[in-house]
Amino acid sequence: MTTTISAQIPTPANSYEAGKPVMTDLNGQTLLCLRTLAEENPASLETYIKLGGYSALKRIVSEKTKATDIITQVKTSGLRGRGGAGFPTGLKWSFMPRYFDGVKYLVCNSDEGEPGTFKDRDIIRYNPHQLIEGMAIAAYTLGARVGYNYIHGEIWQDYEIFEAALHEAKAAGYLGENLFGTNFCFDLYAVHGYGAYICGEETALIESIEGKKGQPRFKPPFPASYGVFGKPTNVNNTESYASIPWIMQHGGEAFAALGVPNSGGTKLFSVSGHVGKPGNYEVKMGTPFTELLEMAGGVWKGRKLKAVIPGGPSTPVMPASAIMGATMDYEGLSKARSSLGAGSMIVMDETTCMVKALHRLSYFFYEESCGQCTPCREGTGWVYRVITRIVNGKGKMEDLDLLTDVSNNISGRTICALGEAAATPVLSFIKHFRPEFEYYIQHGKSMVESQIDAVVDGKAEPK
Amino acid sequence: MLSQQAIEKIDYELTKYPADQRIAAVMSALRIVQTERGWLSKESITDVSQYLRIPEIAALEVAGFYNMYDLSPVGQYKITVCTNISCMLRDSDEIVDHLKAKLGVGFNEVTADGKFCLKEGECMGACGGAPLMTVNNHTMHEFLTTEKVDAILEELK
Repeated sequence: MTTTISAQIPTPANSYEAGKPVMTDLNGQTLLCLRTLAEENPASLETYIKLGGYSALKRIVSEKTKATDIITQVKTSGLRGRGGAGFPTGLKWSFMPRYFDGVKYLVCNSDEGEPGTFKDRDIIRYNPHQLIEGMAIAAYTLGARVGYNYIHGEIWQDYEIFEAALHEAKAAGYLGENLFGTNFCFDLYAVHGYGAYICGEETALIESIEGKKGQPRFKPPFPASYGVFGKPTNVNNTESYASIPWIMQHGGEAFAALGVPNSGGTKLFSVSGHVGKPGNYEVKMGTPFTELLEMAGGVWKGRKLKAVIPGGPSTPVMPASAIMGATMDYEGLSKARSSLGAGSMIVMDETTCMVKALHRLSYFFYEESCGQCTPCREGTGWVYRVITRIVNGKGKMEDLDLLTDVSNNISGRTICALGEAAATPVLSFIKHFRPEFEYYIQHGKSMVESQIDAVVDGKAEPK
Repeated sequence: MLSQQAIEKIDYELTKYPADQRIAAVMSALRIVQTERGWLSKESITDVSQYLRIPEIAALEVAGFYNMYDLSPVGQYKITVCTNISCMLRDSDEIVDHLKAKLGVGFNEVTADGKFCLKEGECMGACGGAPLMTVNNHTMHEFLTTEKVDAILEELK
């Protein structure tokens, strides 16, 4: 791995030279999706254009590049869906019907609500034009006339930044009718959620765009054949779209070469929890976890690492021993028996009580279940009540088997993936930290907190 | 009756959708009316549904499904603190306890003077700034400390 960590003041290399990849080194990061980050006004159109922005769109549209050639580049790039599922973006694009008598839609999923995920927010607030350009290239490729970027309601100030960027792009001739003097037309709009985790699921999101409760649809039919207003729709994550301009500027191979086999390009990692410098870090796929952790300031307060949830709670929690040797890419994490997810790393130090952490997560899934499928609606509440019982000192040893059983019966029995998402933390926390759960049940109190109290009281030596 | 300002804002949102899909603007319309009136009363739901020419139940269903709509009064300032895992790991409990003590209310309660309401929030997608809270849905305050909370409350008084 060539990425180096430097503690020095960033020295941005940000002037655009034709044919030369524009990457900005910001404390060892490789900034593609956030390439404006080192600039004074990162979100402005002026800044983006200075860095070569919109040049790929202009070239593609003016030269009438063939859609199949663009899809080939995206396939070559190895770009996989950045929203968590990791489905190859180029392949997804090839599912859109080429010929359709009517409006086709393009949707961007910026509804980040999976705990620990906040990367798309930084693309929206620091580099909105790259997302707009990526969506416009996708619209050209797929023949979509109208696009929506569905943004998480809680990040309202960032929603407004994106709205402003849209007006700016339209005024400058990058959105709207007959772009660059051709017959290519694309209208892009910002729409918002208003507090529903489930709308991050693509069909729930589509329902929400249509002005309904966000309850997922059965698949098939997939959005590519029946999406927004029943029309063919391509849905990708924010970071996926934002990767497209760079891929089209420098070619799919250059993007793939940044990463490792089966994980092309860079990835934004949202690092939160017990680290010195929480935030987003864009690094090459395949970066060792230890490097990323160091970039994020290491474990805070000089404490030891206990566990990491590497891709949001719907990915299995990993004990420190499992993640310390892992690399940050799809295969690296799957080899370590977890998953990259959306790259949402929740870092927990040695003082974390895993029973209480799971208690909070189980409440989240219970609260956010949309209520459509019985196993999820009832199961998430059941799991939450059992863990609450344990936390209140009234747990029974057989509760651990009960939790496992209920979770296994949610998983795979629901319309959408929230069922699996709700089951995963329960199963993985109990699997890796079973003694903590047993201690809590036997003693009616937290093992970790008891140890800390013992240290504070001077009854035991620190670990 | 919707205000002229609200109508203008809703009309802008309607330009985003096909003419025969006025219902799609319901998310925005409810947000616009709630921002203006503080919360969504039965009358507000009726006003929105009439303007969009949709059944009242369709608007009510949406208002009831999404957490950021309030179907009961929330005082002048609704403070929503995220307590989900990333915030919890950075001691959102301390922020919640501080707010509860300072305002003298629990979650979902409004202060006697009608000024503040405290809510527990789910993940807001900004965990790098944990612990954090929003005021009236649209202003986020990150990297909270008890001192910072005091300063924010002071400014709102």
